[in-house]
Amino acid sequence: MRTVLRDTWIVFLHGTRIALRQKAGIAFGVLQPLLYLVLFGPLFATIGTWETLVPGLLVQVALLSAGMAGFGVVFDVRSGVLERLRVTPAPRVSLLLGRVLSSSLTLLIQSVTLVAVGYGFGLRARPFGVLAALALMTLLGVGLAALSNAIALNLAPELFAPVVSTAVVPLILLSGAFLPMSMAPGWLDALSRVTPFRHVLEAVRDLFAGRYLTWTVAAGVAVALLLSAVCVTAGTRVFSRDAA
Amino acid sequence: MIKTSGLCKTFPGGVTAVRGVDLAVEAGEIVGFLGPNGAGKTTTMRMLTTLLRPSGGTATVAGHDLLADPRAVRRRIGHVSQGGAVSPAVPVRDDLLLHAMLYGMRAAPARERIGKVLERLGLTGLEARPGAALSGGQRRRFDLAFGLVHGPSLLFLDEPTTGLDPQSRAGLWEHVRDLRERDGLTVFLTTHYLDEADALADRLFVIDRGVIVAEGTPAELKGGSASLDEAFLAITGLSPGEGAPSAETSGGSSSRRGAAR
Repeated sequence: MRTVLRDTWIVFLHGTRIALRQKAGIAFGVLQPLLYLVLFGPLFATIGTWETLVPGLLVQVALLSAGMAGFGVVFDVRSGVLERLRVTPAPRVSLLLGRVLSSSLTLLIQSVTLVAVGYGFGLRARPFGVLAALALMTLLGVGLAALSNAIALNLAPELFAPVVSTAVVPLILLSGAFLPMSMAPGWLDALSRVTPFRHVLEAVRDLFAGRYLTWTVAAGVAVALLLSAVCVTAGTRVFSRDAA
Repeated sequence: MIKTSGLCKTFPGGVTAVRGVDLAVEAGEIVGFLGPNGAGKTTTMRMLTTLLRPSGGTATVAGHDLLADPRAVRRRIGHVSQGGAVSPAVPVRDDLLLHAMLYGMRAAPARERIGKVLERLGLTGLEARPGAALSGGQRRRFDLAFGLVHGPSLLFLDEPTTGLDPQSRAGLWEHVRDLRERDGLTVFLTTHYLDEADALADRLFVIDRGVIVAEGTPAELKGGSASLDEAFLAITGLSPGEGAPSAETSGGSSSRRGAAR
């Protein structure tokens, strides 16, 4: 257990050092949601609220940033880096979790940026609720990044970007990122309940509004926890696949 | 240092890449592992380095059972893969530090050890560069540094000099010899260059169609042949992997089997 924690920490620090050096990568990851905030937000605010939109954009950045985290693994397979790591005695779960946590930290930086700009435009959310929501999004980021890594190792390298970027669009729409899904027709509402992101998103909206102890928040936290546990377990299996 | 018995690998889908490999490598030996493309060299190498789980057989590598305790094996071996290990975008120093620390070293001793290994390989001063800013020969020596940084007792080299110019090849050979002479390192290497096997290895194993078909010193394998190339072709058939007469091949090999086992 100590080795798992230590090695996870070492891999996390290494990944974070590299990520922070590539500031352009972090900026580009949050650029698209920021453009929605700046160019669509003021329009949306005439019929809706910033408190509805910003949580939606947080889910969008999670899918675009942590969801694409597997890209790194595609490169690491090609350059032999993954094999080099797999030949060390480090626990496989650490090799995955360290890089996943570092992707999640990148997501946290992007989420903070988004919320800060949101405040500038007129977002009114409870500070504690925002902190809790950021923690929830970071947890979701762990699950998403692990899933993305697992997908990357199961797909032909050239398929990863097209497949994942195609999957991201319906997942953002079905989460109710732009309008609450309660406004949707029955079938669409039902479909969106199947995706995990709707539950997390509604929890974030509750947290922003200062409603902390609701079933919606509980469901969002449970879904994020479950997704992370399942995806880290699955990802670790993929990382240690075939090995002795 | 390595002892395998009936080591085999059948991939899901039914392709049997290795049918049953028996190897014995003593401590301090440099052993060459030869075979035509598709003979099972890389699969065997990946099994011995814990990267691939054998379907059957037993193996003890660096004092530990490969199947029962792969982590203990990983701790004691170094592996330089065919494709290399240097990340193009990350300063090699950072990757080396990560690598050393994943073997349990603390940061300060790890840095010291990395400094020594790089000095020995003539790489001092290049460690701040990312892989993309290194020449092929420098990159290959950094690959070697990754395999050595934790002080293994057994080093696996998968086609270490493929694609290098003659100077870099000769330089790498010198490093390998020096590692054995000064550190008593055991080296297990695959190669397609028979001059490399001849120059470097004390003993050779030849694998073909998933089984060892010959073993012995380079001189023993040469037998009456003019060169190791000629002997190699006689052992493995002229058109490897394309249905060369296997009965003749294995018949030819038994007479060339050295007494080293």
